[in-house]
Amino acid sequence: MTDADPKELAEFAADADAWFAGNVELDPGFRLPLTFMEVGEDRQFDFLRDWQRRVWEAGYLGAAWPKEYGGRGLPQAFQSAADDAFRKHHAPIMLNAIGLNWTGPLLLDIGTEAHKKAYLKGILSAEDIWCQGFSEPDHGSDLGNAQTRAVRDGDQYVVNGSKIWTTLGGYAKYMILLARTDPQAPRKYDGLSFFLAPMTVPGVETRPIRKLTGEYGFHQCFFTDARIPASSLVGGEGAGWKVAMQTLLYERGARGGQAGGLMMREQSAFDVVDLAKRMVRDGAPVLDDPVLRDQMVDFLIEIQGNMLARQRLAMDPLNQDRPQGLPLSQKLRTTELARRANEFAVTLTGAGGAYYVDDPNAVDDGIWMRGYLNAFSATIGGGTSQIQRNIVGEHVLGLPKDGG
Amino acid sequence: MEALGRVGFSDEQADLIDIAARFCRERSPIDRVRSLMLDELGHEPKTWSDIADLGWLGIAVPEVYGGSGLGLAETVPIVEAMGRHLMQTPYLSTILAAEILRIAGTDAQKQEWLPRIASGAAATLALAEEGGTSPDAIRTTLEDGALTGTKRLVTDAFAAEVMIVSARHQGEAILCLVPRDAIPTEALRREVIVDEVKRSFEITLDRVAIDPGAILASAPFEHMHLAANLLSAAEMSGATQAAIDYTVEYLKTRKQFGKLIGSYQSLKHPTVDNYVAWEMARSHLYAAAHCFDEQGTGEIATRMAKVATLNALSSTADRAIQFHGGIGFTYECDAHLYRRRAVWHAALYGDAAYHKRRLAELLLA
Repeated sequence: MTDADPKELAEFAADADAWFAGNVELDPGFRLPLTFMEVGEDRQFDFLRDWQRRVWEAGYLGAAWPKEYGGRGLPQAFQSAADDAFRKHHAPIMLNAIGLNWTGPLLLDIGTEAHKKAYLKGILSAEDIWCQGFSEPDHGSDLGNAQTRAVRDGDQYVVNGSKIWTTLGGYAKYMILLARTDPQAPRKYDGLSFFLAPMTVPGVETRPIRKLTGEYGFHQCFFTDARIPASSLVGGEGAGWKVAMQTLLYERGARGGQAGGLMMREQSAFDVVDLAKRMVRDGAPVLDDPVLRDQMVDFLIEIQGNMLARQRLAMDPLNQDRPQGLPLSQKLRTTELARRANEFAVTLTGAGGAYYVDDPNAVDDGIWMRGYLNAFSATIGGGTSQIQRNIVGEHVLGLPKDGG
Repeated sequence: MEALGRVGFSDEQADLIDIAARFCRERSPIDRVRSLMLDELGHEPKTWSDIADLGWLGIAVPEVYGGSGLGLAETVPIVEAMGRHLMQTPYLSTILAAEILRIAGTDAQKQEWLPRIASGAAATLALAEEGGTSPDAIRTTLEDGALTGTKRLVTDAFAAEVMIVSARHQGEAILCLVPRDAIPTEALRREVIVDEVKRSFEITLDRVAIDPGAILASAPFEHMHLAANLLSAAEMSGATQAAIDYTVEYLKTRKQFGKLIGSYQSLKHPTVDNYVAWEMARSHLYAAAHCFDEQGTGEIATRMAKVATLNALSSTADRAIQFHGGIGFTYECDAHLYRRRAVWHAALYGDAAYHKRRLAELLLA
């Protein structure tokens, strides 16, 4: 990809800004999920699937992916400009997050030509929804121990086992699946393989999991003699761990190639300040309280710090000593901040904090408490914050491994 | 709400990051720092003259006065590198004095002093008194052409060839330029300060006669305060990085119960949290440098940078002491040098609570 022509880029950015200004709809008459992990109702799913298709058709999703696979073949800066407009207009999230952010970049990096042709366009158009099958009921953070079995039988694999915390599992057409093909391998990691598994074959069942918020969004998936094509294998038998780790690099933000769009509504500094300005306690604005003012400023510094980190990421001279520091700490920083900022917002609502979603007296329809509870999905999912600290400690600071 | 800042950097900054890192690493190994702590002057004259030769004193000085006409932003990577290697010179004091002179000096003052500073004359600010640094706290008077009063926490006063002194004159808070040789050496008392790498003095001004042209054209106390905090943040960012490296090195080599102690999560995770806090602080620092001259935005970015670097250095250095165990309690361990530095910077240019109060006024009005 070549450098962006500044004039074309500016025009593209202006067009994107105008398009999002004219097309973002935030009140379809029901609650819109703030993250891709909160899609629990069919009407939410249908709305978001249609929205993603429209963003893609308008050219603001996958702008940097190759044309032959449904992208526009433009430099990454164009997609970044589209994302800025997306963020600015608080656009509803991109539904097909696993496909856009993990499967897609992975296939672009190491997929076969057949894989790319078969899957990439459907990812962008939201025709084909993807989910991720890594975690298992007994193996959450300890992925290397995954026990779901895949046994070769002719030109198929027969899959047995169970995956859990599968976002969009009930809607997905495909799953990126980590399964054990060789239980005898000397290292547990060498016995794993990575598949682009169809979810529509017999023997695959999904069951929704009710979240701590009372809503749905995750599934447990059960495989009982489910037959998937051998051609869905990525990277060869036994390479599953390596491929999965590469996928996690996309998930943790350490590697580019994502199609763009946001999969979570981000907490902006201004959102919390706006809330604070509306709240009254003991007849006085809540921000007259010096303790809350002090805490509010701490949050603003941290929220702004993450915004700045995103800008700094691309500036090599400012990331010399530990170039992986910002990318590998991104998940830890942003998810923990989101959790604490929502929790703080709940305290700002005072007695309003006693109400929950759907009560007419709930402040902002209870989004702050719901956001706080939902925020744990990101501090736990994709590797808990505690695992993230190990990753940063070991891979960025070079500290010895646990128990080493 | 005022606009928040953005990160950015100039080509000059990018070059300086490399050059300054190398220079400070070579010139300020820790044994040199330790020996200079015992030295009365506290810095090496040769290092100082080399800094002048490199052109680093004139970075923010306009070209007509012999500088390179860049800005304070370009001094940030230098101060950061100095902080990282605990390099002591009158650099910070001098850059601040030159900046004030550039902003508020008369043409004659600038013509006389800026070229001298750019080519190696150290300078400093004498602002603080018993009641603090704000204009209201000034008790020193300029009457009948003479200064009388007591200034404290005057950094690098012994080395400085000129200082900018705040005083009360006809009811106004003013700044005036006082050549060091107008002040008798006995009037300087070296203070015992928490940061033993630095040098600071109390100055007793007893009817020190000054030239009628010595009063600066204006007294930009606020600009001075923000400039000091920008450089303070830069020095602390460098010191935090060093304190992290120092701690990580120990965690990677020290064994207890048969294991490297860095493998224990009770030490690993807080170290990661401090590292993450430093990266955030550094983003704020380079945003503050980039936006420093923008009205409103520059102030917010600078105060955020000060709070973030101060918090990062304080907690990193605090844990550096603790995680070194018994050795951390000794004078020989470098951890206390970093902890002392954070306390120094909190004391001098406003602590976190102070800056957060000001930020609240700017952001939550």
